[in-house]
Amino acid sequence: MKSTETLKNPGYALGARSEAQPSRMTFWIKSFKKLCKNPLSASGVVIVALLLVCAIAAPLIATHNPLEQDLGRILASPSLAHWFGTDEYGRDIFSRIVYGSRVTLYIIFLVTIIVGPIGLLIGTMSGYFGGWVDSVFMRITDIFISFPSLVLALAFVAALGPGLEHAVIAIAITSWPPVARLARAETLTFRNSDYVVAAQLQGASSFRILFHYISLMCLPSLIVRLTMNMATVILTAAALGFLGLGAQPPLPEWGAMISTGRSYMLESWWLVAFPGAAIMLVSLAFNLLGDGLRDLLDPRTE
Amino acid sequence: MTRSRYSGVVRKIGVIFITLFGLLTMTFVIGRLMPIDPVLAVIGPDADSSTYQQVFEQMGLDRPIWVQYFYYLQAMLSGDFGRAILTGSPVVDDILRVLPATIELASIAIMVGVGLGVPLGVYAATHRGRLGDHLTRVITLFGYSTPVFWVGMVGLIIFYAWLNWAGAAGRIGFAYDGMFTSYTGFYLVDTLLSGNLEAFFSALRHIALPALILGLNSVSFIGRMTRSFMLEQLSQEYIKTARVKGLSERSVIWKHAFKNIRVQLLTIVALAYGGLLEGAVLIETVFAWPGFGQYLTDSLLMGDMNAVMASVLFIGLVFVFLNLLSDVLYKLFDPRTQ
Amino acid sequence: MDVLAIENLNVTFRTDEGIKHAVRDVSFTLNNEKLAIVGESGSGKSTVGKAILRLNPPSTLVTADALRFGETDLLACNEKAIRAIRGQHISMIMQDPKFSLNPVMTVGEQIAEALSVHRRISKREARLAALEMLKEVSIADPEHVYGQYPHEISGGMGQRIMIAMMVIPEPDIIIADEPTSALDVSVQQDVLNILTRLIEKKNISLIFISHDLNLVKKFCDHVLVMYGGRVVESIRADALSNASHPYTRGLMESLPSLRHRRDVLPVMTRDQNWLTQDYTP
Repeated sequence: MKSTETLKNPGYALGARSEAQPSRMTFWIKSFKKLCKNPLSASGVVIVALLLVCAIAAPLIATHNPLEQDLGRILASPSLAHWFGTDEYGRDIFSRIVYGSRVTLYIIFLVTIIVGPIGLLIGTMSGYFGGWVDSVFMRITDIFISFPSLVLALAFVAALGPGLEHAVIAIAITSWPPVARLARAETLTFRNSDYVVAAQLQGASSFRILFHYISLMCLPSLIVRLTMNMATVILTAAALGFLGLGAQPPLPEWGAMISTGRSYMLESWWLVAFPGAAIMLVSLAFNLLGDGLRDLLDPRTE
Repeated sequence: MTRSRYSGVVRKIGVIFITLFGLLTMTFVIGRLMPIDPVLAVIGPDADSSTYQQVFEQMGLDRPIWVQYFYYLQAMLSGDFGRAILTGSPVVDDILRVLPATIELASIAIMVGVGLGVPLGVYAATHRGRLGDHLTRVITLFGYSTPVFWVGMVGLIIFYAWLNWAGAAGRIGFAYDGMFTSYTGFYLVDTLLSGNLEAFFSALRHIALPALILGLNSVSFIGRMTRSFMLEQLSQEYIKTARVKGLSERSVIWKHAFKNIRVQLLTIVALAYGGLLEGAVLIETVFAWPGFGQYLTDSLLMGDMNAVMASVLFIGLVFVFLNLLSDVLYKLFDPRTQ
Repeated sequence: MDVLAIENLNVTFRTDEGIKHAVRDVSFTLNNEKLAIVGESGSGKSTVGKAILRLNPPSTLVTADALRFGETDLLACNEKAIRAIRGQHISMIMQDPKFSLNPVMTVGEQIAEALSVHRRISKREARLAALEMLKEVSIADPEHVYGQYPHEISGGMGQRIMIAMMVIPEPDIIIADEPTSALDVSVQQDVLNILTRLIEKKNISLIFISHDLNLVKKFCDHVLVMYGGRVVESIRADALSNASHPYTRGLMESLPSLRHRRDVLPVMTRDQNWLTQDYTP
């Protein structure tokens, strides 16, 4: 009896992963349930879900056409007809915010699918191969990290020209290095684990080990990092929009809405208050979610 | 021991040089990518084609790109950053002129960040898992999630338009502009040195809101870091020793645990200061604060290539310097590394 | 009057997996003597030591029919009262000086602090007392060592400093929690000698927590053997060879000896009943 217990020692749990493969789905479901138990992360889940619903069902939720101008009703304060008031062209702010969720999701989605794989690839290769590969990759990462990301994004957008796609590229360029560093650190801890060594002894190629073993092991902390990164992406995108370098009018991007609302803000506070609150809420949701996920998937970091 | 420390320093310097080289390369790439004709930017749109050709060659734009890159490196290393089109003066002069305003703003902001963040973090760590800890978590997450430019505007609406507590945009009331001698470029210091109390209070009214709002972000950062540093220390064995001695909880926390995180905190504050510069770009735009951040955004929007490249390079340098500083501080103040 | 009296001490931890009963119905009294608590790791021996000084983590539940220090009921003490007991009346020597000394305070300051918490004395007086104490734990150059940081001194010296720190307020009881097991074998005896010399000189009672029966047999007066959170044997040290409990005998027999050659050390056989049976003297 004693001996079976030592075999189940958590230190060897890594090796047990392959036999747990079929139940990976239940692991995620279990994790999700656990996540929802914490009121903070649960509220994050709810807000993100709301954001998704808003984006998908925008025409159903919005009370007005977000681009329709009504010059007879400009700068109207919040009322039953216009819940969040109207802007300088008489457009309904609530509807613009609802449609703006599409822009936000678009940015988050694009940045994440660019940054995730790039960061993972560079990080795991750096960590796994070590030596000069590591040195070169990490020096490049260092250079990118030594710029404050907003300033670098600003410079890139300025260079590429204002616009939503360029903003996405600029944000992606500035946000892969922390992901790469994380993936590298993770890889270093797994590189010499018995289970990777076992795969090497079986003759698995480096690339097979990188993609089948190490990348999968890095996934939990990577997901946490990317979720938290989404919060930053939202803020950076909004900042670019605010400075007039991101999404261009009349696209209802929240940051750009604040930017145009700025001229009227002292008299018509609702022009900036509501889009900003939306940015904050969504960014907060991703932070809460990331925080909750970290506690769940990555218990090492406290 | 000495040998390893020596090689550590060499390594560090090597890394810094590579980073600087990378910064230069990156700004060069950004400059080349800019959709602005640098020649037109210098001579203006009305100049004839022969002047254009002349300036084109003068600027070395007819040479291969790697030669241009070489010239660029040479110019940068000799401290020649060119002239800003917007102001017509050398970019370096411009940056030095606007810098005090930003340093003043960021310094007050970092005081806010440390003054609120450290107690918050210590409180959360000592109340781990309890209501206060959860509240701190929510507060700091809010700090991470709020767009700083938006808070700035909301602040202006509430405290300037509605309550009239804060001063309007700018560093000081119009009436006091030029009414005191500029010794340092920091208005709070200069007004005091000039003995002009009214001007001092005007400057204070103007800086309070932007500095407070700028500092909120670092409150979150410093607060969270303080919390996790403290938690790490509080789980150490020597904390138990301190309790066994019969020390009060307060002494255990401040005399023992906190003393151990001071150096770590110092390095974090250096990094947070860099983060403030980033926030300053946005806050200065909102508050029409005539500092480095506004200079950078103005140059960006005007497509002033020289000014943008030099500004980006400058901020990169500041970051490298702050990183280095945090390393040095660590080595200097931690008895374990002496 | 006993210095310390414990009756039916129970300690439970709340963990994610449920409630863990770490100490069950432990009773003993301590007089002016050297008492050893012996057991393997997880037997609850350290938990007993911590429970006396209320050093267990907050999620711990400590109950007892009696937990008295002299006239004082330790269970009824509020935080402030327990702080007045800590150090001044009961103190504790930790296992590993590498971790139990504050890395950013000089060792001298740490010793002086242990005294000045409980006495109204000037900084200078505290310093002089600390220097005196350093001499007592056989440190050759007290002035120099006073200003050193923990990472600059060896483990054996660190543990002597720990002893100095805990002896300086002249407590009534010292709990030593495996004070030598983290040390190099060559200095273990030195440290033990210093500890015994000091507690005998200052008339301090000792609770010596150890896993090493051989060690405690030599210098303790009385031995409690713990297994699975219970006391399975309470016996005078000189009577250990006549121990009645099979666990104690097992422990004694698994000690290798230099004098008698043996082929194979016997492996301990354990009985589930030990976990439930109460100790009967």
